Amino acid sequence: MTLSAIDVRHLRKTFGSIVAVDSISFTVAAGSTTALLGGNGAGKTTTLSMLLGLLVPTGGSIRILGEDMVRHRYRVLPRLNFSSPYVDLPHRLTVRENLTIYGHLYGVRNLKARIGELVAELELTPFLDRASGKLSAGQKTRVALAKALLNRPDLLLLDEPTASLDPDTADWVRAYLTAYRDRTGATILLASHNMTEVERICDHVLMMKSGTIVDEGAPAALIGRYGRATLEEVFLDIARDRPRPGNPASYDEEAAQ
Amino acid sequence: MIFSFRRVGAMVLRHLYILRGSWPRVLEMAYWPAVNMVVWGFTSQFLTRHSDWVAQAAGVLIGAVLLWDVMFRGNLGVSLSLLEEMWSRNLGHLSVSPLRPYELVAAMLTMSVIRTVIGVVPAAVLAIPLYHYSIFTLGLPLFAFWANLMVTGWVVGLGVASLVLRFGLGAESLAWVLVFAIAPVAGIYYPISVLPAWLQPVAWALPPAHVFEGMRAIMFGHGFRGDLLLGASALNLLYLSVTVALFLRTYHVARIRGLLLNVGE
Repeated sequence: MTLSAIDVRHLRKTFGSIVAVDSISFTVAAGSTTALLGGNGAGKTTTLSMLLGLLVPTGGSIRILGEDMVRHRYRVLPRLNFSSPYVDLPHRLTVRENLTIYGHLYGVRNLKARIGELVAELELTPFLDRASGKLSAGQKTRVALAKALLNRPDLLLLDEPTASLDPDTADWVRAYLTAYRDRTGATILLASHNMTEVERICDHVLMMKSGTIVDEGAPAALIGRYGRATLEEVFLDIARDRPRPGNPASYDEEAAQ
Repeated sequence: MIFSFRRVGAMVLRHLYILRGSWPRVLEMAYWPAVNMVVWGFTSQFLTRHSDWVAQAAGVLIGAVLLWDVMFRGNLGVSLSLLEEMWSRNLGHLSVSPLRPYELVAAMLTMSVIRTVIGVVPAAVLAIPLYHYSIFTLGLPLFAFWANLMVTGWVVGLGVASLVLRFGLGAESLAWVLVFAIAPVAGIYYPISVLPAWLQPVAWALPPAHVFEGMRAIMFGHGFRGDLLLGASALNLLYLSVTVALFLRTYHVARIRGLLLNVGE
């Protein structure tokens, strides 16, 4: 039985002399929603890319759903999926065409029925035959989510799932993701800059800075530990190297211990 | 090695959807071979009356230009399939799907066949009423010539695709121009013997030289030259193996260097 959906040990990625990810280790519990947080350049995208197999690690190991991701990525890839606002689906193709192609790539059975089910759930039925490039940001996000859910993934990796969405659509997406996880038992790992979102839907948070994981825990536990009112304040404490209230040592020194 | 025709079919379907939804793209494919054929058709008619060499085999220039387009379209068919993914920033999604890199190559080659047929067959058919010349009279050797030139097009196309994957979209113009580096020594419109002696070994190291000499041998009544076909096929097999390996290696290096994340100029 796999207790952790993701098990990362001493993961490292360098680009020449630049260390993007510096020997990080963490686990993501199966069925949980975990957030990977950090400022720009903290190493979140590099880490996500290595988890997805888009990037080959310089060192360390990644086990996803019990499989060695570096050696056997094609055993794992059919069981995971991802969505990112920075990676598009072909704009000229309609929503139906895009979902059909990816359905075939993932070997989805009863594809027409699956597409029908997803577009109904994600309220995309009226846009099914519209070119993906002509949709609004919110509609595009939902199409990307439909693509990410086509193969009923056991692990969903999401890069800023609500970026550039209005509050109403963002709220809808969060509620949908939570309901999906509760219904299917899937594991979700997301990178986000929206702290309210993370507080609301995540069970666990991994805080990254300069390529390392500097702290982790449940959102409420982190807020309590830093003596702050919100996760955003915790994030700022870490990003700006501010010592915790009542503790003169910075988080860096503490993490080093 | 697991190979899925379903996944290759999905990628072919992806490009067919684009063609179905964009008639200018289809028109562009057929446009240039047709214009090229018309220009060379008139040139050929003029030379037939004023050149003994061309008069001996009417249609030798039209046949050459049509077969050259097979190679050009074969190259574009491969490189454009990759460029479409890069232009639409879709490579990331594909790279984390179960699609294997060699399946991506198979899809690119399949699309090359489709694009070449769409591009060259209308021009070849148009030459029949316009110039009373049918390249189809070459018979079975035509398919051998066609196949060999298309494979050479794949070789160039995979080379371009590797360069684009390595250096980004800044290298995309190579898809249209790199193939012309071969043209002077391919013997498309003139025999290899015309070239300086030192350049002839270079020409014979390229499959198109064998194909175009083979075409001329038939058209000038010297019959089918199996040795030339064999030479072209052997060279193509060698070069195709090398460029497929190069593309797969470049894809792997792209995963090491993070190039699949930063697709663009």
